[in-house]
Amino acid sequence: MWRYAGRRALATVPVMGFVALFVFSLLYLAPGDPAAIIAGDQASAEDIARIHASLGLDRPFLVRFGEWLWHVLQGDLGTSIFANLSVAHMIGQRIEPTLSLMVLTLVFSVVVAVPLGVLAAARAGSWVDRLVMLFAVLGFSVPVFVMGYVLAFVFALQLDWLPVQGYTPISHGVWPWLRNLILPVVALGAIYIALIARVTRAAMLEVLGQDYVRTARAKGLGLAPILFVHALKNAAVPIVTVIGLGVALLIGGAVVTESVFAIPGVGRLVVDAILRRDYPVIQGVTLLFSFVYVLVNLIVDLLYSVLDPRIRQ
Amino acid sequence: MIRWARRHPGIAAGGLLLVLIVLAAVLAPLLFTVDPTALAPARRTRPPSAEHWFGTDMLGRDVYSRVVYGARVSLIVGFAVAALASAIGLAIGVVAGFVRWLDNVVMRAMDGLMSVPPILLAIALMALTRGSVQNVIIAITIAEVPRVSRLVRGVVLSLRELPYVEAAIAAGTRTPRLIWRHILPNTFAPLIVQASYICASAMITEAILSFIGAGTPPIVPSWGNIMAEGRALWQVKPFIVFFPAAALSITVLAVNLLGDGLRDALDPRLAKRL
Repeated sequence: MWRYAGRRALATVPVMGFVALFVFSLLYLAPGDPAAIIAGDQASAEDIARIHASLGLDRPFLVRFGEWLWHVLQGDLGTSIFANLSVAHMIGQRIEPTLSLMVLTLVFSVVVAVPLGVLAAARAGSWVDRLVMLFAVLGFSVPVFVMGYVLAFVFALQLDWLPVQGYTPISHGVWPWLRNLILPVVALGAIYIALIARVTRAAMLEVLGQDYVRTARAKGLGLAPILFVHALKNAAVPIVTVIGLGVALLIGGAVVTESVFAIPGVGRLVVDAILRRDYPVIQGVTLLFSFVYVLVNLIVDLLYSVLDPRIRQ
Repeated sequence: MIRWARRHPGIAAGGLLLVLIVLAAVLAPLLFTVDPTALAPARRTRPPSAEHWFGTDMLGRDVYSRVVYGARVSLIVGFAVAALASAIGLAIGVVAGFVRWLDNVVMRAMDGLMSVPPILLAIALMALTRGSVQNVIIAITIAEVPRVSRLVRGVVLSLRELPYVEAAIAAGTRTPRLIWRHILPNTFAPLIVQASYICASAMITEAILSFIGAGTPPIVPSWGNIMAEGRALWQVKPFIVFFPAAALSITVLAVNLLGDGLRDALDPRLAKRL
């Protein structure tokens, strides 16, 4: 088990290395010379060249990449051009809302989507199945911000059940925190639910045709234990895979959801950074989110061997 | 014709909707639209009426005209990204599937690109350039290529194991001819299905990029831009956001229906699995 885990973890190193190279190139290629900005309007060409040298900008690409990587590995993501604060600090200040949004959406989506998919597969061809599949197509087609506005319009503006926007930290109480997050979570979860429900249904259909399911039924087992114990366990690998891959949708969607619902999270940070061309911030957030995504999929990889020991070989 | 449509409801419904939307985009000047960029400060934020079907925005521009012209931007981005990403992904996938020593390098690079969430990747690329339709297309294409090349590589690798391909190699078929005659035709079905999903996701990504201010320049009436402009007022004038949102959702739905239909029609085995 541990050898397998170690091997999988090692395999992510070149991938993260490539991500780091890509993200660094972003800053390297970014238009505008930081030295010229620091030097100001009156600076002569020699002044700029001097600042260039003092910042180390005149050194070769690979040397600068190595140095930058060394800092990143120590948790130093650089300094924001606009706010003059460390990027790591800025992300740290805004991580709670984003983390709350993403974790709640993940849990909510899995809890809703897996039973829906199982139900659709168990009643394949019935109206329940068609309804779930119709919902899945709609979930894929309505973009997250459209979903956000529709939900906010109906449940906040018209019915006045929930707040229109904003965020309350969890330290102010669980219910105020949750109240603000319900609409964003549902909006962000729609496409994720659609994806998971669809794959769950497909995986279950495959498993339900197997001999051992017929055996379980023949020995008089009820439908619920067959579906949720025998079948779901064997359908778990593709479901867990898509939950992991779908985290990319969650990350991309969180950026937009935070804009729609005015949630002061990391997504807002990156949107503001784009408008100001604050490259170190864009870089830091891209690196962080990619790292999270790779980590989630590493965990998924390791889960495989728990769910299906044959994969370890 | 009707029987065919009943057997493939997805292709029929999605295709019909998409044809109508394409027609609306092409014939935009004939569909009772006015100049989508014409300002009329005296008639700001009017609700929908006989004169302005979808109302006017905060600069007095006709929202109906802007939404109809906006279809052009969405469709161009969707189709261009689907075509470019498929072509580039096909090339990379075939090369990776045939040239052993390149396979490892190329696929690690693709893994790296794939571990940056696509929207974030497009945002990061857009931050490097000025906002324009062309740059949006390039950025989204780069974000979509890795998935296509993975798919194509997988198909190529499994095709290479098949007896008829081995027979062709044994008979002395040269590699270019082998690829052209035996490999490419078999990548077509999965590729066209994938292209339709890329088209749908590219249209959503374009709208998101424009919505957060990293996409097409504000002067272009794209659905994302119209929504971004209506955003400040959406609690009092929801119609400015509602119409482009509905147009975008319906267009994406049409493409998705078409894609699902094509998948079911082209690959019955895959249809059972998904």
